[in-house]
Amino acid sequence: MSKPLKQIHLAAHFPGVNNTTVWSDPAAGSHIDFQSFVHLAQTAERARFDFLFLAEGLRLREQNGEIYDLDVVGRPDTFTVLAALAAVTDRLGLAGTINSTFNEPYEVARQFASLDHLSAGRAAWNVVTSWDAFTGENFRRGGFLAQQDRYERARQFLAAAAELFDSWRGDEIVADQESGVFLREPDPGRFDHHVRQFDISGRFDVPRSPQGRPVIFQAGDSEEGREFAAEAADAIFTRHGTLEAGRAFYADVKGRLARHGRSRDELKILPGVTFVLGDTDAEARERAALIRRQQVSGQTAIRLLEQVWNRDLSAYDPDGPLPEVDPLLGEHTVAQGRASVRMHRDPLAVAAEWRALAEAGNLSIRELVIETTGRQNFIGTPARVAETLNEFVQTDAADGFILVPHLTPGGLDEFADTVVPLLQERGVFRTEYQGGTLRDHLGLAAPRAARATAPAVSGRAAN
Amino acid sequence: MPEPHAPLHLAVALDGAGWHPAAWREHDARPAELLTARFWADLVAEAERGLLDLVTVEDSLSLQSAHPLEPDERTDQVRGRLDAVLTAARIAPLTRHIGLVPTAVVTHTEPFHLSKAIATLDHVSTGRAGVRVKVSARADEAAHFGRRPAPEVRIEDFDTPVGLELLADLFGEAEDYVEVLRRLWDSWEDDAEIRDVATGRFVDRDKLHHIDFEGRRFSVRGPSITPRPPQGQPIVAALAHRDEPYRLVGRSADLGFVTPRDAADARRIVAGIRAAQAAAGRAEETVHIFGDLLVFLDEDPGAAAECKARLDRRAGAVYTGDARVFTGTPAELADLLQEWQAAGLTGFRLRPGALPYDLEQITRGLVPELQRRGIFRTAYEASTLRGLLGLPRPANRYATAGAVGATAAALA
Repeated sequence: MSKPLKQIHLAAHFPGVNNTTVWSDPAAGSHIDFQSFVHLAQTAERARFDFLFLAEGLRLREQNGEIYDLDVVGRPDTFTVLAALAAVTDRLGLAGTINSTFNEPYEVARQFASLDHLSAGRAAWNVVTSWDAFTGENFRRGGFLAQQDRYERARQFLAAAAELFDSWRGDEIVADQESGVFLREPDPGRFDHHVRQFDISGRFDVPRSPQGRPVIFQAGDSEEGREFAAEAADAIFTRHGTLEAGRAFYADVKGRLARHGRSRDELKILPGVTFVLGDTDAEARERAALIRRQQVSGQTAIRLLEQVWNRDLSAYDPDGPLPEVDPLLGEHTVAQGRASVRMHRDPLAVAAEWRALAEAGNLSIRELVIETTGRQNFIGTPARVAETLNEFVQTDAADGFILVPHLTPGGLDEFADTVVPLLQERGVFRTEYQGGTLRDHLGLAAPRAARATAPAVSGRAAN
Repeated sequence: MPEPHAPLHLAVALDGAGWHPAAWREHDARPAELLTARFWADLVAEAERGLLDLVTVEDSLSLQSAHPLEPDERTDQVRGRLDAVLTAARIAPLTRHIGLVPTAVVTHTEPFHLSKAIATLDHVSTGRAGVRVKVSARADEAAHFGRRPAPEVRIEDFDTPVGLELLADLFGEAEDYVEVLRRLWDSWEDDAEIRDVATGRFVDRDKLHHIDFEGRRFSVRGPSITPRPPQGQPIVAALAHRDEPYRLVGRSADLGFVTPRDAADARRIVAGIRAAQAAAGRAEETVHIFGDLLVFLDEDPGAAAECKARLDRRAGAVYTGDARVFTGTPAELADLLQEWQAAGLTGFRLRPGALPYDLEQITRGLVPELQRRGIFRTAYEASTLRGLLGLPRPANRYATAGAVGATAAALA
């Protein structure tokens, strides 16, 4: 008999402000109306998903110096929506991206601790960093964080927040009405954190929350990101959507855990993936092609091309050939406020590769962009998709998936109704929640007690 | 000046187990549940049953303390709390009419974050959000953030030049902060989202506006990430005890909470705020001024005073706060409210001495009494907080400029 079946973890990503989300479809609803969030969250909970995931926006994207208007624009505040969703769900985990550059640990820690209390233990935090002065223009902190300081800030932010979360053990409140003793001790919540990025001390004001700390996500693919995740995260939100890339990433990251004194089960690897279902595989492929055309209009194709070329290409015909000029090298000036832009490899290499593809397939700009960007990960009948998802998990390309529907708010309905029951039949996905907290759903133990603050990283206090 | 029988507005200020430090020891208190959603949901549901205009939720960026500016080490009072904005958001889907006004400290936080949080609270409550802005002069809160030097001023120094300079700085920053909140709320015109399939445009970018605020403490470029909230402008409130915050209310707020000792005091405070309002060119706008009272209520004459005396004995001190303490029957309180209303207050924010008892005395005793006197609503007459407060949905400050710009462009 082979090893026991791994259980799949599933999450729903609220459709984002990029061209994966199709707003032009007649079935597309509001991205702001709270009822859209309620629909997606309750669908995910009905399907016994682990959690709902909400991204964050801190500045509207711009391209060629103007607000980018072809994708969904605008979103609500992450914390506020998650807290409201806690009122209309009972078990679903509530995960949100919160930036460590344009926030401070005391405030973020009290917000997550509060969310965890208000949801009875369902909060999760996707810790991200950014450094661009463009986003900084909306904040007191402003300006620029040198790229090498990004992960230092994130690491130190998370360590500071952990110290705050752990500053209450959980047994300080007695609230004995008879004796009049409310607190067991006079000074719970005490903290002292002096490192390069943060010089803070005092008393934290939110007593220990049900999960102790929120579940911690990391969402970067760089060397520093992987190391940060292996050291400090409970789950990784990745983009590796193919079996081979997934296995390689999985082996790499899981292999790092031992060095940090952690077991392989203590970090879940959850790629963000898209899917298209159909009654037959052929029908699903047709739908997928149609959705790709919705996602990549002619104008969108030009704009996406500009993000690689780093030039204004608005004069080009999307149904014509690729530009003959080369991408502009150096600092990206065309598209601002967009994380994906920073992830493009060497633009000249990408351009050469795309030209070759276009030539071989006689593809227009739009056809090429459809072909090379954002193809759906899982396309087929519910049975095929269920089988493929399961193969990814059982062969260690992932521990589960964060599903990114292309439609708001109904984009998960079909998956919940058709794929989830098949996974349940296979015995690889829960039919009922076994516990109340997100840590329970993810099979994560309660957080270990606070590690001692390493004096080696203390700098400022000594001065 | 309100009519003698003008309807008055009622708010309740929620904080822990009630405002008396020993309130958590009352038999019907739920001191072990103060950090649960259920506790807050029950209280706000009760307030909504009483048709109140709004609830406020107290907050600060430090543990509660018996000292106004410093932490303490007491173990006999409630310590520990939840973020008020998130508490309000958690309650919003469970209520339908009542306004939700969390407290937010504006001294250490980001106006961009708070603006979208309150806009979102307005979206999730479909138009019932407000925010009470609060400054922090506490050294411990400054140390929690570590970004600016801790103020070294004691309460008794507030009227010295050093104290006045600090207050001017803090309230000046608060005024800038509110300006940024308001500009960001207007930074999306109501019809900015067009979903024009023909041109492929989701928004009309001409209806999104940079706010380009430049201030001493921060500059903010905008626009907001969150579309304009349902009310256009959620309610901005401030608690005010002296001239600097009176000016903030007059210049920037929709609602001031004030703490008069008597009717004459109320008259003086109202005059001060109205003067600041006029000086700011806002004389035509409705700015509500609510009197704050800490209340112990009971139908039985004398029982409320007994309750307060019992709690004082447990606390080991006679409770006095920044607001006048009232003990008596709901009818006696109604008399006082009418007297103070005649002095120019447009409503009241009542701070229940103990929860849930004094809240229920408000909703089940005071409210029916006021209804009998014809000065309180018998059903919710509006679905937004602005509606309940009689405030119109404001025009967007950028829409006019945009229209003018478009006209100019068309003529060019």
